[in-house]
Amino acid sequence: MAMALELLGVSKAFDGFQALAKANFAVEAGEVHALLGENGAGKSTLMNVAAGLYRPDQGRIRVRGREVDITGPVEARSLGIGMVHQHYKLVKAFNAVENILLAQGAARYGTGLAEVEAAIRAQGEAVGFAVDLKRPVGSLSVAEQQRVEILKVLVAGAGILILDEPTAVLTDREAEALLVTMRALARQGAAIVLVTHKLGEVQRHADRVTVMRGGRIVASADPASLSAAELTTLVVGATTPQERQPAIRIGGAVLSLQGLVGARSDGLRTLNGLTLTIRSGEIYGIAGVGGNGQTELAEILMGVRRAQDGRIVLAGDDVTETGPKPRRARGLAAIPADRQAYALAGDLSLAENYAVGGLASGRFGGWLRVDRAAIRARTEAAIAAFDIRGARSTRQKASLLSGGNAQKLVIAREFADSPRLVLAHSPARGLDVRATADIHRRLREARDAGAGVLLISEDLDEVMFMSDRIGVMSRGTIVGEFETPADRQAIGAAMVHHA
Amino acid sequence: MSDFIVNWLANVPAFALPYALAALGLIITEKAGVLSLGAEGFLLVGAMSGIGVLLGIGDHPALALVVAAFSAALLSLVYALLVVTLRVNQVIGGLALVFLAQGMTGVIATRAGWTNRPVDGLQPVPLGGLGEVPVLGPILFQHDILVFAAVPLVALVAHVLGRTMFGLRLRAVGDGPDAADAAGIGVAATRYGAIALGAALVGLAGGYLSVGVAKIWVEGMSGGRGWIAVALVIFARWQPWRALAGALLFGGIEALIPRIAAIGVALPQYLVLMTPYLATLAVMIWICLRHDGTSLEPRALGIAHMREERR
Repeated sequence: MAMALELLGVSKAFDGFQALAKANFAVEAGEVHALLGENGAGKSTLMNVAAGLYRPDQGRIRVRGREVDITGPVEARSLGIGMVHQHYKLVKAFNAVENILLAQGAARYGTGLAEVEAAIRAQGEAVGFAVDLKRPVGSLSVAEQQRVEILKVLVAGAGILILDEPTAVLTDREAEALLVTMRALARQGAAIVLVTHKLGEVQRHADRVTVMRGGRIVASADPASLSAAELTTLVVGATTPQERQPAIRIGGAVLSLQGLVGARSDGLRTLNGLTLTIRSGEIYGIAGVGGNGQTELAEILMGVRRAQDGRIVLAGDDVTETGPKPRRARGLAAIPADRQAYALAGDLSLAENYAVGGLASGRFGGWLRVDRAAIRARTEAAIAAFDIRGARSTRQKASLLSGGNAQKLVIAREFADSPRLVLAHSPARGLDVRATADIHRRLREARDAGAGVLLISEDLDEVMFMSDRIGVMSRGTIVGEFETPADRQAIGAAMVHHA
Repeated sequence: MSDFIVNWLANVPAFALPYALAALGLIITEKAGVLSLGAEGFLLVGAMSGIGVLLGIGDHPALALVVAAFSAALLSLVYALLVVTLRVNQVIGGLALVFLAQGMTGVIATRAGWTNRPVDGLQPVPLGGLGEVPVLGPILFQHDILVFAAVPLVALVAHVLGRTMFGLRLRAVGDGPDAADAAGIGVAATRYGAIALGAALVGLAGGYLSVGVAKIWVEGMSGGRGWIAVALVIFARWQPWRALAGALLFGGIEALIPRIAAIGVALPQYLVLMTPYLATLAVMIWICLRHDGTSLEPRALGIAHMREERR
């Protein structure tokens, strides 16, 4: 039987950077085909070629056995190829119907609206989706926006459905529901491409897996025939065994929070008298279901949100009333959860993003003069030392780095002055196996050099693996503390029972 | 007193119409995501070329208005080339265009000898006895064709933007160019079109200033009305009907100045001329204070679109 979609020997370069090198990929109707690889392996680029967003430098594309030339998104759609992008291609001011009408096209607006609405209802019932059709999609939740995107390609009659990292933004339950839906669509005859870097999804939901690394295809196999370790090896090249490494030398307190009270911007109180102490040389992990005050805790610690009550003592000084600058001077380093919003200025260069952390130190010049040579030299050294890939020049925009490499840049900057307290909020979110291991190693190195590390994460496995002590956070307080190795069940129970 | 009010109201349309036309044009351009600070320049080009037709070709006010719109649209292609194709910063591009138009209209009009030469221009539509009706006659029925066309034109623009496929695509380009691109809509082509169409309306407003109201060309005669129109669009939050209401408000204020002077009251006119800007500031502050995120501003306004940038 002819394959639904075949990409043969596809190459694509951006500014001399080879994103794809003679990649081959094929998916057949009725299967869920996982495209697995690290961040920056070329998965999205390859699929963007199939969806007509990128023109390949060379290579051929066949759809249902017929060779085609996909010159743009319109041709891709008319061939039945629909892609749900990582960054949704939705007009936020439009509601779901208008968005789908826009993609679908119609002779007349009024009749088009009615037709699209009917088609959405039919498709929505077929796949079991409920979406608010009247509200602007910008006001819908991420999961709902994703459903609008999926409905958009289904209404267009796509038989080849490409989903780019669809579960990255979803909760576990939403992700599970989505993947079950995809399986059902495949059973009805669709060809589903699931772009992902999560091994678990591949093993649970894919009929076939193609693994990419460095712009090349390294394997295509039945996931059931491979163990998790074998898959990991294919993805990262060589297995890096991970063992818990406990603290070496624990010292005195570097951070003490006493009765911290804080609220969200809308006034809702999310921290209710939180008290904890972090000592030098240890990693203190905060486990908890998201939305229990973790974000406000991180923001109050960074100094970008004020505490309503309580005290923050950092390295012996009360910093409750101060802003970020004096806290950083006392040795606070922060790795915020939203690196694009709080840690990086995407439109500025790598060098500028790196240097901004050290401006107060005077090593890059005083207030009248900026020592560009020193900035460039230090940035280049940091890029090499922290293995930041995809950096072709220190003048390149920070937003061009992939997630893992952007996080490495943040860490390189934050760790430049041997911090005494490291705040790491979901430091591995959205990162692949190798980048996660790198980030974790850096956190341990900081700890072993004498810093106290506060690790806030919704990923219990990460907290269990990294921490020397674990505090369970619920409704804005620490409801239980555990020495490691801790009992996963006991921690899980504490997380849920107080929620 | 009643004479004062009748005289004032009868003058409001002539003052309000340039604002309404220019604001409609700017709304079309800005709904496609292109900031249009060049309005002052398009007004000048429209005003000068309209007079140029009357003096150079003959007394054809309709032709003069068409040429006014057309020449502004032609100049706007330079702006489109700058900000859409070459992705020049739209604020800088817009300012450059204003200065270019100021210089260009000055030179051309002086060389051609069009300055300070009165023309007959656009005359009121003869409505017979209707115009003689006391009070209502001067207020409603002694106007030219463009005044009467204003309301249908606003309705047309509101309908096209809000209720047609063309409008849907145009708004998509202004609000989510990536989404529009993925939907197969030519972002650059749509923006070129929106810039030219918008500039044509602003040029028409300029033509109306010289051919319809002043009936003369004087260098720099737009007198900052383009900037008020830019503010008016923000004031109206990119909605055609609100733009018409705002134009009547601003035009009404402006029409007061000569009336007040005529009855011998000394009012600092600069204070009165400030009111449109103050009103716009007040609206912007009010929007910020409401905190509900419905600014209605096109999300991609002022941002150049680039497809193959890797994020």
